[in-house]
Amino acid sequence: MSMTAMTDVTPDNQAPLPAAEPTDRRVVENAVLQEVPGLVTELGGTAVGNTKSENPFMVAEDVNVYYGDNHAIQNVSLEIGKKEVIALIGPSGCGKSTFLRCLNRMNDTIETARVTGNITLDGKDIYRKEQDPVALRARVGMVFQKPNPFPKSIYDNVAYGPRIHGLAADRAELDNIVHSSLERAGLINEVKDRLDEPGTSLSGGQQQRLCIARTIAVNPEVILMDEPCSALDPIATARIEDLMDELCEDYAIVIVTHSMQQAARVSKRVAYFHLGLLVEVDETDRIFTNPQHKLTEDYITGRIG
Amino acid sequence: MSTDRTTRQKVEAGLPRRRRKEFTFKMLGMLATAAGILFLGVFFASLIGEGASAFKQTYLQLDIELSEDVLAPGGELDLAYADFDGLVRAALRRELPDVSGRQERRELYRIVSIGASYQVRDLVAGNPDLLGTTQTLWVPASSNVDMLIKGNIDANVEEALRPLSDKQIAWVEALREAGRLETRFNTALFTNGDSREPELAGIRGAVMGSLYMLLVTMMLSFPIGVAAAIYLEEFAPRNRWSDLIEVNINNLAAVPSIVFGLLGLAVFINWAALPRSAPLVGGLVLTLLTLPVIIIASRAAIKAVPPSIREAALGLGASQTQVVFHHVLPLAMPGMLTGAIIGMSRALGESAPLLMIGMVAFIVDVPGSLTDPATALPVQIYLWADSPERAFAERTSAAIIVLLGFLLVMNLTAVILRKRMERKW
Repeated sequence: MSMTAMTDVTPDNQAPLPAAEPTDRRVVENAVLQEVPGLVTELGGTAVGNTKSENPFMVAEDVNVYYGDNHAIQNVSLEIGKKEVIALIGPSGCGKSTFLRCLNRMNDTIETARVTGNITLDGKDIYRKEQDPVALRARVGMVFQKPNPFPKSIYDNVAYGPRIHGLAADRAELDNIVHSSLERAGLINEVKDRLDEPGTSLSGGQQQRLCIARTIAVNPEVILMDEPCSALDPIATARIEDLMDELCEDYAIVIVTHSMQQAARVSKRVAYFHLGLLVEVDETDRIFTNPQHKLTEDYITGRIG
Repeated sequence: MSTDRTTRQKVEAGLPRRRRKEFTFKMLGMLATAAGILFLGVFFASLIGEGASAFKQTYLQLDIELSEDVLAPGGELDLAYADFDGLVRAALRRELPDVSGRQERRELYRIVSIGASYQVRDLVAGNPDLLGTTQTLWVPASSNVDMLIKGNIDANVEEALRPLSDKQIAWVEALREAGRLETRFNTALFTNGDSREPELAGIRGAVMGSLYMLLVTMMLSFPIGVAAAIYLEEFAPRNRWSDLIEVNINNLAAVPSIVFGLLGLAVFINWAALPRSAPLVGGLVLTLLTLPVIIIASRAAIKAVPPSIREAALGLGASQTQVVFHHVLPLAMPGMLTGAIIGMSRALGESAPLLMIGMVAFIVDVPGSLTDPATALPVQIYLWADSPERAFAERTSAAIIVLLGFLLVMNLTAVILRKRMERKW
């Protein structure tokens, strides 16, 4: 699909969506994702609903991301509250993961990526010159789509973050951090007797909880989760979702998900992305019961894949 | 559903052709593999058939009278001037008392190697108290006798056309019947340096030269190669310069090795004035030769580390250097080591660049340091293959067998290292 076509879209009064009840989903998806004429002008850089949070902790303003010539995210403004779970939903390639990766500057590792706009964490710009991305990522942790434990022991997996950041003065303290992190990730009972075994020997769901334990071991303030359950079965998914319920007492959680049920279950607010644009943000209940934008409605009712 | 049937019919109609193609391809593959195995088999069979006999050597048993009159005529033993040769000859004459006349005696002396007198000298030097006693020694026979015993000289050929005369053959026969002649394991092959006498020539000098060179090559090319690969893969910006460097490294890997020899001659010997024929220079040249191989293999190994591991570490707040040294390098190490060992085995088998830096000289002494004149195993093979004596032919094959043995060990090491260090993720 072409993003440039989106930016210099010709104003046109066509309905943004094809007729209802499509017979072939894929065709519709392509059709929709290729052209939603007038969407940029219609949104005018502000999403429908309420992008503000009562107690904002991370604030993104007018964020644009370019991968080379590809304008991947356009004028996204969103507030993320303290100790709140916010879900980013939208069809594939809509920029939700890209936005997520802006929040801990993981996009820095992609050479062609360029980020403009303003993102603050606790009032401070995270893209300012003095900000070391290494320090930022200790505050904004990340859990990835595919469980990716290091090919080391379970203990070393969790201890890695505290070690590189020098969080523990001695072995006892490190043991303590590892133990409590595994406990909070709900994994301790399953692994307490086999901490020396490789992290990769665990099952997929356990590996993902190990990754969460690894992330919370450095005591971050925000946890970013990029489709953390997409590679897991329903039981493992349920466990992770329960875990998120507990974790949001201490952390702000931003989760990208393709499962609307999951978004409905775990999040307080939901942001709907479409083709690099933030279309609608609101309380979860309102998004799923009374979406204001046509695109949001089509997506949550399953008309856009 | 007529369309269904036609589809099925079309598929079925095409099946025999597909099967035929598959069969042909399978047969071709099997033929190719069989041809490869056949060539390998012929190669090994001829090599071992030719070279196996070099691991044996014919020895003569002589009772050598360590007479004080001969060795220490003034009452003082002088190892440099003592006539050990005379003792050996006297022992031979005692063994075959019928030999008479200058001409015949001269012929007789040629059945024993000149190494025999060195052996006697070493014995006396090691234990001067033996003076005045008679010692029974096994001394090497000359290479012609050795060839006769091994059946490489045909006694039925006209006398003038073979290196041993009828008389000599008769003496050898007599000695054999008296139990004075035996073939034993050829230790000289492994303990001696090069020699003009085949029965005394060994590969020790060449092996040591090769080992010293490989030591230099490994110490230099592995760290430099890995560091370059890490920098190019993980830190260098991607632009026209890095593209240029990449293309050049790939090209360097394909440069004929003799060119590196010329470079080594110009830079290390002519400009830097390092000694000629030295393993140090050989090692430097081979370093240049193996560097591209190691860089390319190491970059491939680094590229094979899954990005998810990097992301995991970056996401935890590891710096780029920490990601590389804590995660990428341990996972890439087996691949890097394999590349390095393969590069090393290529270096071990290389001879052309060494010819350019003087390592092709005839060197008898076993090198004891990096700057001693030395030669290398492949060059030794080249030198021996060039020698006219029949006995060098089998030694050439034997040296090749030893070289192949080293290569096999190195490649096995690479496989074992890779298997042991490989980590699953």
